[in-house]
Amino acid sequence: MAVVTFVSHDGEKFDAPLKEGQSLMQVAVNEAIPGIDGDCGGEAACGTCHVVVDPQWSETVGLSSPEEEEMLSMNPERQPTSRLSCQMAVSAAWDGLTVDLPEFQM
Amino acid sequence: MTISQAVIIGASHAGAQLAASLRQEKWDGEILLIGNESAVPYQRPPLSKAYLAGRSTLEELAIRNVEFYAKQNIQLFDATVDAIDRSAGLVALSNGETVRYNKLALCTGARARRLPTPGADLAGVFYLRTAADVELIREAATTAGTAVIVGGGYIGLETASSLRALGLEVTVLEATERVLQRVTAPEVSAFFHRIHEEAGVSIRTGALVQALTGESRVRAVVLANGESIPADIVIVGIGVEPNTELAAAAGLVVDNGVLIDAQARTSDPHIVAAGDCASHDFARYGRRIRLESVPSAGEQAKVAAATMCGKSKEIAALPWFWSDQYDLKLQIAGLNTDYDEVIFSGDPSRDRDFTCFYLRQGELIAADCVNRPRDFMFSKKVITQRTPVERSDLMSAPAN
Repeated sequence: MAVVTFVSHDGEKFDAPLKEGQSLMQVAVNEAIPGIDGDCGGEAACGTCHVVVDPQWSETVGLSSPEEEEMLSMNPERQPTSRLSCQMAVSAAWDGLTVDLPEFQM
Repeated sequence: MTISQAVIIGASHAGAQLAASLRQEKWDGEILLIGNESAVPYQRPPLSKAYLAGRSTLEELAIRNVEFYAKQNIQLFDATVDAIDRSAGLVALSNGETVRYNKLALCTGARARRLPTPGADLAGVFYLRTAADVELIREAATTAGTAVIVGGGYIGLETASSLRALGLEVTVLEATERVLQRVTAPEVSAFFHRIHEEAGVSIRTGALVQALTGESRVRAVVLANGESIPADIVIVGIGVEPNTELAAAAGLVVDNGVLIDAQARTSDPHIVAAGDCASHDFARYGRRIRLESVPSAGEQAKVAAATMCGKSKEIAALPWFWSDQYDLKLQIAGLNTDYDEVIFSGDPSRDRDFTCFYLRQGELIAADCVNRPRDFMFSKKVITQRTPVERSDLMSAPAN
């Protein structure tokens, strides 16, 4: 099965199975990955599912939409490959994907 | 050896988060999550939007999938709780069983306020709080031509938007002089009034409902001025009432909601509460507030879970809310209570994106942001940190 790795702010790694039909945020909350809140349930309304995509994967998974950009723009931990994981529809082709988690979701 | 048992009464946003947070806080005993809807805990905000419009299934609304609860060893229990016996540490279920608890959490939520009007019990009159409510509305809407919505608050307006998408003729009746009267500035009310009328919704303000009429099914809504508005279905959205009866009967202090402290403890330190059923003192606002907000329910639940595990967290986050209507995303940061000034970025009388900043004595205390996510994130930060801002900076909008 395709697997994604979430890397916490202090370097701890959490693997989760990638299930198509879910967003990356849903994958994380269903697997109890600490550091992804998803408070608004996937509406891009809260910004608490921020992840930083490994730059090598950025082309495959895509860059942030204008709406995500706006939500992330005030975030001090924002990186060029930052995404709101609720806006990332999972693909089985993402096997091996690594994303970093910020220290704070805000 | 006995295993500690955490019992959570209520399996919606607060209860589901509390169960998940207990495991994150390393609770190693049993966790029993008691709900009286058979579904796996699901998100309520989409009920009046995507779920009503038929764009999502209940499974897609699950806060976490059913496998999560199994893997985390959280027992989902479909039951109604009749009573709490604090001295014995027992919860009595309506099926006659009792459940022992070492720690108890009340996440009993709120229920739709009933319309106290003659005819309100006719078939075709609906409330909107649960997935089951929405399934009934959706089914009735397939054969209905006209819908009357009683109440021009967020639920009423979101429902109007969704029923328009289903092709119904929609009338919204608001008793006060403007929609969203309780929660926004007049200019923002006027904005939503305009948007809905442009979408073909008829909005009647100052409209007092006197009776619902019909034989067995509702046919019309009669106003205090004698006017009769035809209705195949009526949806009532006039607010909610907290479910505090269990707590009150158990002798816990209730003041609008179940009273909790900053650690989410009720007046019994072995019992916590979180979500729509709970009220607590906000130092910032200088008063006791019961919030009806998914993010607040989540935060209170996280704090409550920490408290149950003997750790210390405090409820501190700024309240915030959101609402989707048509192509509009409204995000609200903070509470605008006692504001004395509003500043607009953008023109709500003309645009489809703007921000209404609320100030009190020159301090930014809240913001209604329509299609302005950047303003929302900016406001949340500024209000939380109480950063001084210039009026001219707000007018020129961080969004641009």
